[in-house]
Amino acid sequence: MIAATAPVQRSPRRRVMVVDLSGQIRDLPRAALIDLIQPGDLVVANDAATIPASLSGIHLPSQRPIEVRLAGVPSLDPHNREFSAVVFGEGDFHTRTEDWPQPPWLAPGDRLQMGPLSAKILQLLDHPRLVLLKFDHSRDELWAGLAHHGRPIQYSYVPVPLALWDVWTPIAGPPVAFEPPSAGFALSWQLVTETRVAGAQFKTITHAAGLSSTGDPELDKRLPFDEPYRVPQATADAINQAKSSGKRIIAVGTTVVRALEHAVHEGKIAAGENLATERIGARTRLQVVDALLSGTHEPGTSHYELLRAFLTDAELERLTTELNVREYRTHEFGDSVLVSQTINKLAEHEPRCRMPISASTMNKPSFA
Amino acid sequence: MKTGASQTRTGSNVRSHDGLFSQLRIALTGGTSGLGLALVREFSARGAHVAFLARHAEPVAKVERETKNTHGIVADVSDKDAIYPAALQIVGELGGLEILINNASDLGTVPLALLADTNCEDLEKAIATNVLGPFRLTKALLGALSASAREGRAALVINISSDAAVTPYPRWGAYGASKAALRHLTEIWNKELSVEGVRFLSFDPGDMDTPMHALAIPDADRTTLKTADAAARDLITAIETALSRPA
Repeated sequence: MIAATAPVQRSPRRRVMVVDLSGQIRDLPRAALIDLIQPGDLVVANDAATIPASLSGIHLPSQRPIEVRLAGVPSLDPHNREFSAVVFGEGDFHTRTEDWPQPPWLAPGDRLQMGPLSAKILQLLDHPRLVLLKFDHSRDELWAGLAHHGRPIQYSYVPVPLALWDVWTPIAGPPVAFEPPSAGFALSWQLVTETRVAGAQFKTITHAAGLSSTGDPELDKRLPFDEPYRVPQATADAINQAKSSGKRIIAVGTTVVRALEHAVHEGKIAAGENLATERIGARTRLQVVDALLSGTHEPGTSHYELLRAFLTDAELERLTTELNVREYRTHEFGDSVLVSQTINKLAEHEPRCRMPISASTMNKPSFA
Repeated sequence: MKTGASQTRTGSNVRSHDGLFSQLRIALTGGTSGLGLALVREFSARGAHVAFLARHAEPVAKVERETKNTHGIVADVSDKDAIYPAALQIVGELGGLEILINNASDLGTVPLALLADTNCEDLEKAIATNVLGPFRLTKALLGALSASAREGRAALVINISSDAAVTPYPRWGAYGASKAALRHLTEIWNKELSVEGVRFLSFDPGDMDTPMHALAIPDADRTTLKTADAAARDLITAIETALSRPA
């Protein structure tokens, strides 16, 4: 798939490939998204702002240059100063992640200096490049250091250095994401306000979106790492009301799917903070989310695997073919897909019901 | 410009922990001088958590040291590149946001001059600080503010205005035009976003005895001017009124 290389969130050229309940595929301009939202729909997005989590620095014991990419936190506690991080050798984002030089040998107790920020490695996390580190600073000092020394994590397919405004969605609020919840790049305040006009609702959760790539195949297999999230009471109430009324839940981004499918218990969403640990995939029986607005994802990625919860393998293959034929752009500044959990996918969970089920029988709207 | 009524300087009659303000996280610009400094102190005394921006490190550190529950951030709102890093610190340090006050202001040209004698660069400076800075910072913090609104909390943006925004005072062109633009932006923002629970209002504090006023009118009779503390209390009253009305 062709990478989108310009950091433009809402290019008028952006497209959305729609897969409806029946598995039918349509190619539309992304500006048509509002026309696909129906009265009663509940759109749920991730309002996490992106931390500039890429920190250049020095491994003090060896005096060798490193790059530290903050990768996770155990909770959304704002006083937390411990982060999991992936450490790279000397280089910058122009280097493909998988070609990045190895860091020096890391050990617990090693100190790292990253501009004005200093930290100590507390432990290695079962991999020589994945560490738990703790910053030496107060909360305010840490935020100031990140603001002035940190850079948005970025990859070689975007050749220009990213600014923080490039990686904050229009609804970006709490700074807890390590990479942007980039499905939200499709949002605009016009879309948010028109959602209400269309008779639908717009709510948010906060989910600490993590890394999409580490450059190490063994580490990549472990993605996504455990990610904390928070469901506000107003969002939980809206979701539970929508589900009990048979209304549709549209998730903006894979992080929302991960959070909501983790937060559900006995058919109801609980408000509050938790840690998403499971991975969504072909065997996941979705309990909350009916449709997903996301970027385009390549086979082999955890995001692609998540699509298998919505589509059968045959449908996903057809979608992937269509995306390639129509030269959809991939990665965070690329085009989008809007996929419903299809009838055929639902039937995979109900082996007795192998005959096609009509949308009217399902009592769920299809995308018009 | 009209001069404000004479004010007697008194100590503030502040309840040490106002119930409303102890729930609020407030960001404001220009927090080390004049009205901004007075607001930082009033909000802190009422129990609010405050993040304030100003351009120079030493006064920022001093105000933060002397005023509890405050977070000082060194940033120049007229600098486009400073806005998002400042927003990151604001929301990171406060954990969320209910009120943004765009207070930092620039006269444009000092001493004040006729428009025909005003350098383009001075007009640009006034616009950068008084219009683009508030515009950019508001956009960067809109996500945090709207999150507060969606959870049923306050979400309010206050843009400090002036009678120069509505009355065409000679020699006040750069400042007046930029404040007029900010006032109009405020009204349009409010029409566009109050439906989402984020409200915008302009606040004219009147003529205050501040360093900025002294720069503009060096020979003013300072005893006729409102104190910054009094203006701050007026703004607090305006906030209480705004928050008492349904969004």
